[in-house]
Amino acid sequence: MHCFGVANKRWITFQHLNFLKRMYVTQSSKDLSQQAKLKPDPVAHPVLEKKHLGQEKTVTCELRSVSPLHPPLSETSHRNEVKEMKSAAVVEDLATAVGAESKEKQWKEMKLQLDDLPGILARLSKIKLTALVVSTASAGFAMAPVPFDLTCFLLTSIGTGLASCAANSINQFFEVPFDSNMNRTKNRPLVRGQISPLLAVSFAATCAVPGIALLTLGVNPLTGALGAFNIFLYTCCYTPMKRMSIANTWVGAVVGAIPPIMGWTAATGSLDAGALLLGGILYSWQFPHFNALSWGLREDYSRGGYCMMSVTHPAMCRRVALRHCLALIGLSTVAPLLDVTTWNFPLVSLPINLYISYLGFRFYRDADRSSSRKLFFCSLWHLPMLLLLMLTCKKSLLESEDKSNHLR
Amino acid sequence: MAGAAPRVGRWWLGSRRGFSRAGGGAGRLAAEGPVRGHKPESPASSFCPPACSCNDWIGPPDRHSNLRPIIFHIPKNESPLERKLREFRQETQIWNQQFWASQNMSFRKGKEEFISSRLKAKGLDMIDRTGQKVTLNAEEMADFYKDFLSKNFKKHMCYNREWYKRNFITTFLMGQVAFKRVWKKLGWKKMKVGN
Repeated sequence: MHCFGVANKRWITFQHLNFLKRMYVTQSSKDLSQQAKLKPDPVAHPVLEKKHLGQEKTVTCELRSVSPLHPPLSETSHRNEVKEMKSAAVVEDLATAVGAESKEKQWKEMKLQLDDLPGILARLSKIKLTALVVSTASAGFAMAPVPFDLTCFLLTSIGTGLASCAANSINQFFEVPFDSNMNRTKNRPLVRGQISPLLAVSFAATCAVPGIALLTLGVNPLTGALGAFNIFLYTCCYTPMKRMSIANTWVGAVVGAIPPIMGWTAATGSLDAGALLLGGILYSWQFPHFNALSWGLREDYSRGGYCMMSVTHPAMCRRVALRHCLALIGLSTVAPLLDVTTWNFPLVSLPINLYISYLGFRFYRDADRSSSRKLFFCSLWHLPMLLLLMLTCKKSLLESEDKSNHLR
Repeated sequence: MAGAAPRVGRWWLGSRRGFSRAGGGAGRLAAEGPVRGHKPESPASSFCPPACSCNDWIGPPDRHSNLRPIIFHIPKNESPLERKLREFRQETQIWNQQFWASQNMSFRKGKEEFISSRLKAKGLDMIDRTGQKVTLNAEEMADFYKDFLSKNFKKHMCYNREWYKRNFITTFLMGQVAFKRVWKKLGWKKMKVGN
């Protein structure tokens, strides 16, 4: 490396300028400098980068020792070389100075800005995911075969939302160094130091206590207990298990299944078969959703030490995803048998259930990034669509009452 | 404008030295006490917080560990509890930095070795005709990812336990410090009201 650097100064200069240009570009856009490797070519550069840095230092030393000696020489080639070396040195110093300046700008004072606080807390509580969780709980509430009570509905939604915020904040509190090392999660508030761990935990407690109290006292104790259990399951079981065993995916699926059950129990006050069916649908949906997502994150999971099926048991990962896509068809068919919906529901939901099963099959067979992405994105619209269809096919109260009267 | 800005404390700059040293990857770092005025080794570590600030400062992610270094502020009247918290956080920061820098380094090395051995088995060169490094796709890399995870499982378990412990202790100490500060403020207010 060193000899190569000494022998081919002209080539090195050009390479240097290119590399420095790239380095400058990399450092001036904040996100790119966060990786352990330079972008855009993630595999090639880590080794090259080290070589270049080594060469940079070598050339710097040589430039400083060589230039005072060379000017007296009258040969044109030497003069040109000196000019090139000096210009390389100038460019290098400039690039280093600019690089240093932009690096300095990236240092932030760890002072809580009250203006930014709502945004920070929204990201800490994973507000979009929370909204999704609340909507599944609302769907559970709406599907329950009881007259709609607006107050109860609002209390349930708020209570579930607060519980979800608390659980998500604790999850981020536990995962700071792991989140720093994964592309998907490296911009979270605790990773960026926008909020202190103490404040994150305090926020979680401020959400959990009123949330669970609201559910227990304002709705019913069963819903409150389910909410508290779900927070515990997510923070104390799922989060640590992510790094211990692939069973974490099944635990996570249960975590996702509980909110609609909570919605149902909030409305009816009891854990009926209908609640378990809704929970079952959400449980099954988690697998194509998560397994497809995790397929593209295998490198990050492996480096971060996460035990995910996609890394350790790839065939099982795809098999389970397909299995649960097909289970959705089965569960949709059970819905009218439990009087949750009319028989229209299995029929109208068949197209979307078949489509996701088809994508699940493609993922199972092809096992590549494109099929995993298609399955993941399909799961994002499939669930809201399925719940909407379920709501429109809900068995009306009058029909159920008529049926039970007739049976008597 | 008279004189210089008032001194409000110092910063623990040992963390900067720690981060620039960790550039090698494996990073044998000694926990250092407060150091001032030493020469920085890289552009990233040449940052010095302004004298008027009395907060910690957090930097860009480290190249090797992807963790963001923190320069801790040392207040003039640092209590023993505050000092305990700061030193514990410094120690945790160095420990975390060492682990992740070495983890990422060994992952990268392992990946390079795996790619080169696979390419050799295929009879291909590491660099193709256009001068670009040949890479394997995610499906081919899957064996390496699985292998890396299982090889490092015990190491990860130890790290997890230690990290959870340190995280709890840090947060608990932060809580104690915050509580004492509030208590002190209330105490001062009572005295003022009394007087």
